[in-house]
Amino acid sequence: MAATFFGEVVKAPCRAGTEEEEEEDDEGRRETPEDREVRRQLAKKREVRLLQGQTKTSLEVPLLEKYPCSKFIIAIGSNAVAFLSSFVMNSGVWEEVGCTKLWNEWCRTTDTVHLSPTEAFCVFYRLKSNPSVFGSCPRKNMQITILTCRHITEYKTPEAPSSLPSPFLKALKTQTYKDAVCCSLLEQPNIAHDLPAAVLSYCQVWKIPAVLYLCYTDVMQLDLVTVEAFKPALSSRSLAGLAKNIPQSTEMLKRLMTTSEIQSNIYT
Amino acid sequence: MFVPCTDSAPDLTGCTLLMPAVSVGNVGQLAMDLIISTLNMCKIGYFYTDCLVPMVGNNPYATAEENSAELSINTEVYSLPSRKLVALQLRSIFIKYKSKSFCEKLLAWVKSSGFSRVIVLSSSHSYHRNDLQLRSAPFRYLLTPSMQKSVQNKMKNLNWQEMEKSPCIPEMKDSELCIRIPGGGITKTLYDESCSKGIQMAVLLKFASEGDNIPDAIGLVEYLNEWLQITKPCSDSKPSTLPWKFPSSWRLLFGSGLPPALF
Repeated sequence: MAATFFGEVVKAPCRAGTEEEEEEDDEGRRETPEDREVRRQLAKKREVRLLQGQTKTSLEVPLLEKYPCSKFIIAIGSNAVAFLSSFVMNSGVWEEVGCTKLWNEWCRTTDTVHLSPTEAFCVFYRLKSNPSVFGSCPRKNMQITILTCRHITEYKTPEAPSSLPSPFLKALKTQTYKDAVCCSLLEQPNIAHDLPAAVLSYCQVWKIPAVLYLCYTDVMQLDLVTVEAFKPALSSRSLAGLAKNIPQSTEMLKRLMTTSEIQSNIYT
Repeated sequence: MFVPCTDSAPDLTGCTLLMPAVSVGNVGQLAMDLIISTLNMCKIGYFYTDCLVPMVGNNPYATAEENSAELSINTEVYSLPSRKLVALQLRSIFIKYKSKSFCEKLLAWVKSSGFSRVIVLSSSHSYHRNDLQLRSAPFRYLLTPSMQKSVQNKMKNLNWQEMEKSPCIPEMKDSELCIRIPGGGITKTLYDESCSKGIQMAVLLKFASEGDNIPDAIGLVEYLNEWLQITKPCSDSKPSTLPWKFPSSWRLLFGSGLPPALF
């Protein structure tokens, strides 16, 4: 407990996250079968569901079992997705093979059964024309590339953050990833968390070669300079040969920017 | 589940497992960092779980360019075979409602691996101390019944203070007394489960508050050192030098550098 300036006693925050544990203990004693059932239903509603590409029916087997591949690329966040769409998916023909449907208490959409294309949280695409990108390879021959962005204020450095040349790329790789990375590695004490960390943790534990390219930027919305900061990744083995037409990609990127700018302008 | 780094699982029978509880000030975790770093323990595997928030980073104990590029995740297992010591480090917080599941999985692993004993390093809110606790040293210990037989005498010789029982319901005057560890995270759950499963477990904790908890961590490892003698003080070293090696990841704990324009 701590007393504030005005004299009221408030609970001091605990960064080890233990306050919830104490509440949980108290709740555990008072939890009824109805509470447990509500919690179980909520957990079921929050489950991530994998759907087939065209039919939107549930995928019974894991996606990579149905569509084994040697290169799996994941883009998280608007800038990483824009980079992948403009530079990689703009070259060659990609077909949609699946998507995920998920719901949690932060989602604005109330309809969990039908998700419109603009609300899709995750869509899986497969390169139709390039047989080297997929094939019947055992898990160990697969290589994973993850692209995402983080705000530059999260980057810890002895210099002031304002002096950093934003945006810039940093990499983290698993032990079995032996290829060269196109930028410097993320130095301690910096860490990655959320979905990129979950994927990289899985790959590190199960010895799957994986690399995370993290772009530190001061603009988290769709931004041309931030998206172009991912370009060095095109020289890496995982993305090499997938981006065929750079000038066309840059054009597509500019069109994406214009579209989003119009949508986000609240003054007209 | 435990996943070894190499193809063959290491033999952990008869080893002592040191582990932190994610607790106030992260004191247990900081203490584990000091132990792993000072003893130069090597990573033998991961305790892969979905119960903690995911995080990754490069080697937090890197000493040179060569070993700085090894990826670390949120739950890792280290060992020092010469001292039959195994250390589990937890680097993130528990996901809501998953802490009990984690305790169950952990204790199942403890039993199946044949650890001789478990030592949990933890902390408790210093503002919850009663008057007696305020006047005494801020360290406490707890032993499960199966551990008491082997170690109780040692604790008495060290003049250590056992964690006092407090009213289960503080608002009630004649409430029963029980062990309460506010701010201790999973410490109480681990202790209770170990008591009922007959696991030899000792809990070492320090009363602490949030802030710069490095001194608390040093205090806790010194407390542990009184018992386990992990590092022996050198007679010729200066009294001001600490035997504990800070890991390289402890840099910039309170943020990046300041912009010169501020001044």
